[in-house]
Amino acid sequence: MSGRAMWSEERASSLISNHQDQRGALLPMLHALQEEFGCIEDAAIRLLAKTLNLSRAEVHGVVSFYHDFRRTRAGRHVIKICRAEACQAMGAESLIEHAQRHLSTDLGTTTTDDAFTLEAVYCLGNCALSPAIMIDAQLHGRVDAARFNALVGVYGKDQ
Amino acid sequence: MRAQTIYIPKDAAAVSVGADDVAAAIATEAERRRLSVEIVRTGSRGLLWLEPLVEVSLPEGRVAYGPVSVADVPSLFDTGFLSAANHRLALGFTEEIPYLKNQERLTFARCGVIDPLSVDDYLAHGGMAGVKRARDMTPAEICAEVRESGLRGRGGAGFPTGIKWQTVLDADADQKFICCNADEGDSGTFADRMIMEGDPFALIEGMTIAAFAVGATQGYIYVRSEYPHAIATLREAIAIAERKGWLGDGLHGTDREFHLDVRVGAGAYICGEETSMLESLEGRRGQVRSKPPLPALEGLFGQPTVVNNVLSLTTVPVILAKGADFYRDLGVGRSRGTQPFQLAGNVKRGGLVEKAFGVTLHDLLYEFGGGTATGRPIRAVQTGGPLGAYVPPSLFDTPEDYEAFAAQDALVGHGGIVVFDDSVDMAKQARFALEFCALESCGKCTPCRIGSQRGVEVMDRIIAGDRRNENLALLNDLCELLTDGSLCAMGGLTPLPVQSALKHFPEDFGLARPTEKIAS
Repeated sequence: MSGRAMWSEERASSLISNHQDQRGALLPMLHALQEEFGCIEDAAIRLLAKTLNLSRAEVHGVVSFYHDFRRTRAGRHVIKICRAEACQAMGAESLIEHAQRHLSTDLGTTTTDDAFTLEAVYCLGNCALSPAIMIDAQLHGRVDAARFNALVGVYGKDQ
Repeated sequence: MRAQTIYIPKDAAAVSVGADDVAAAIATEAERRRLSVEIVRTGSRGLLWLEPLVEVSLPEGRVAYGPVSVADVPSLFDTGFLSAANHRLALGFTEEIPYLKNQERLTFARCGVIDPLSVDDYLAHGGMAGVKRARDMTPAEICAEVRESGLRGRGGAGFPTGIKWQTVLDADADQKFICCNADEGDSGTFADRMIMEGDPFALIEGMTIAAFAVGATQGYIYVRSEYPHAIATLREAIAIAERKGWLGDGLHGTDREFHLDVRVGAGAYICGEETSMLESLEGRRGQVRSKPPLPALEGLFGQPTVVNNVLSLTTVPVILAKGADFYRDLGVGRSRGTQPFQLAGNVKRGGLVEKAFGVTLHDLLYEFGGGTATGRPIRAVQTGGPLGAYVPPSLFDTPEDYEAFAAQDALVGHGGIVVFDDSVDMAKQARFALEFCALESCGKCTPCRIGSQRGVEVMDRIIAGDRRNENLALLNDLCELLTDGSLCAMGGLTPLPVQSALKHFPEDFGLARPTEKIAS
């Protein structure tokens, strides 16, 4: 599960300083901030720009380039459904339709109870056991509609 | 009584179908029955349709059971699986399972066999023999050995690894880098993930040999964020290697230094392209650089850099340990050695098959793969990832060989083979290839950024039957522009799946098959 801590400049500075000595540290810093706060807020962009002597536009450009980084928080759990060719060959598209119906949400959005954010992903490296999904950092293979519902039921119980 | 060893994978794919639960159930059941067992968590053997695969160590060898579910555990104990039971899931000796027995495993020899983070296991199974030999060779000798082995980059482009290393060796610089491109984003590929999780020291050893060969002091493994298990395993392996003196200052008892770090990508397919990966490692958007300069001369932070794929680097130790000839003697034509092929998608026996080059698609699909999972006929396979061609059954006799595939306008690529049955709609797959390009284009060059988007729109009109011939002409025009005008393989190769679908499956685009034209 991605982090949900409230923004704290002090905490953010300390996370950033862990990577200060690395060359090309922007991505590790962004990962650390998102892991803690669940997204990259405007305050984080200002802080990174100041620390790395970059313009805010440059930092924003990096954040918006990569699919992983978010500007707003996701739900408590993120469900990524693989939509690449190997999973398509085993019915990923109909699994996506099922998931959208079951959760009453579209790809790229969060359920109204804030429990799940549903996203498409292009390859989870589980192509021989497709269709595959990943819930937070846990990979699941051979997911059909029934297994999807069961998994959602398990994760949905955590608050 | 000595504890009996049971092997259960902790590979992400095995875990994705319940390996952790099965391991826990076996431990609990053994305790309940007061049986002394030791459970070793390994990588995967790559017989993925049998996962979770449970192996029991007997004096004569390991015997396998699979696919094991939690519900099967009590009956396994009841039938005495600890002394080779006649259980319905019994598969006999693991090494005798034809799928495994008929492979030529060099790169993957240890994967699924050892505890990935056990130093003793690694050494007992031939680990570090390569780097120990390399340690006593000159850099030029190491480069020559790799060049003579015929090893070509296993990431897809197939550039000779030894020549790349020699270029970096010959470059004059204060610092040089080794960058392992572990951003394996092609659908249908999982070999990098499997070996990073199942034999991480092999990658560390391969990168160390590369560092000795070119005089690099710092290495990075750029891993895609979709692989959290691999990232965790690599980080642990690096910490162990540092403690063992296999990395850091004075590694392997030399006066040299080599430091290694893992960097995590952030969900961008394009960062699998070497120059995009370098930009990303430098903390920028992963946009491609135009070449020249080659990364071998001006790579990471402007310094000479070896950029190799995981499979190329993990194959280097065995080449150094057994000699260039040993490796070069396998394969066909200019495709030497072995390639880990990955059978994926709609296939009955999906998994990893390491074979010498020259094996045909037919043998991989039927002898190993057993046809489709759905039991319907195979209609098409996509080889070489989302930028690779769709190959029809009439070409299944093509041997896996870079040049033979190129002659059919297809790619060996990273060895991924995605199987589709006869329910596939090839016009939709062609549209998807363009949609994927539009989504993942880095945006630096116009043909790829805009051409892919226009391609999706044109495909939509073709699928809707709107002025089909004019739009097909436009599609071909766009494909030509993408091929000739793109900066890198993303735009340059996207036409391959589109045009191969159109060529081999014209009926899905509302066109008559050429043979049918003749018949009528």
